[in-house]
Amino acid sequence: MGSRPDGPELDGNALAGPLSELFTTEMTTAVGRCRGCGNHSAVAEWMVYGPEPGLVARCPGCQGILMRLVRSASVTWLDLSGVSTLRLPASAT
Amino acid sequence: MAGTAVSGGLAARRTWRPAVLVDRRAETRSAHTLVFDVDGWPSHFPGQHLDLRLTAEDGYQAARSYSLAAPPDGQRVEITVQRTEGGEVSPFLTDDFAIGDAAEVRGPLGGWFVWRPEQKEPILLVAGGSGVVPLMSMIRARKRGNSDVEFRLLYSVRSPEDRLFAEELEDLVQNEAGVAVTWIYTRTAPPDSRRSASRLSVEDLRMYGWSPEDEPTTYVCGPTSFVESVATALISIGHDPSRIKTERFGGS
Repeated sequence: MGSRPDGPELDGNALAGPLSELFTTEMTTAVGRCRGCGNHSAVAEWMVYGPEPGLVARCPGCQGILMRLVRSASVTWLDLSGVSTLRLPASAT
Repeated sequence: MAGTAVSGGLAARRTWRPAVLVDRRAETRSAHTLVFDVDGWPSHFPGQHLDLRLTAEDGYQAARSYSLAAPPDGQRVEITVQRTEGGEVSPFLTDDFAIGDAAEVRGPLGGWFVWRPEQKEPILLVAGGSGVVPLMSMIRARKRGNSDVEFRLLYSVRSPEDRLFAEELEDLVQNEAGVAVTWIYTRTAPPDSRRSASRLSVEDLRMYGWSPEDEPTTYVCGPTSFVESVATALISIGHDPSRIKTERFGGS
């Protein structure tokens, strides 16, 4: 793969598909609170790096890591330790 | 068969479905629209995307997200792919992927960067390069739904040859009140252009966009640096950050 720019090429909109495998509601409109800086942001607004070797989402407020999602053929590993709360929409779009 | 029961439900959307390329057309030298037939595709909203997955003969898989380029049309699903030099997936799709070839798609995906025809407020669309694709889906849906909501599109491209959907947008401008299009040329502007070639500025947003008092919803799509500078500029002239929706694309 070619060289990448310094910033992310993606944002949380691109997490819609991967997160649909794990959650039963549409997740890009969910609002997370950053454990580091307290900033509230919609998942769609997260700064996302990936997709290989895994997806890493950073806070648009402080750049701290909010989420890491790594998948292999046999296992999915989800780290949400950077998010203190997630407010989920009541129903899918 | 899995996923056939609930059309449009989340279970249906996360199902990978076989997709066969049924049509393709060149939009520019480096961008192509691909039309797939997707068995059981649920309906979608303009602005939503799909995930496309390719599987090589040795089993290697690569998946990428692409914005849907057109409003719902049964099982016919359109994306427009910009070739990224050195990319893993987009050059294959633009150069090698032929009619009859198979892929898998899942979707529609995303509920954030979406325009719903019942929205009544004025709309500002700001596109950087192939970031115009999901915005074109909104413009086409507006036309199809006979919506009278006013749209303004600011579309940043290097030169006239780099414009996607140029003819269709010109037609809209000439024939239909309600969609204003301003091309922002960053390198080469045609001689009759009302602005000289330069990057999209705060002044452009003031002149060709809406005033904050109009309470528009703004959709900005393009490369990360473009999206961030436009969002910052909009906020600096008084636009409500909560009415600005952004989407950064990768597409490698």
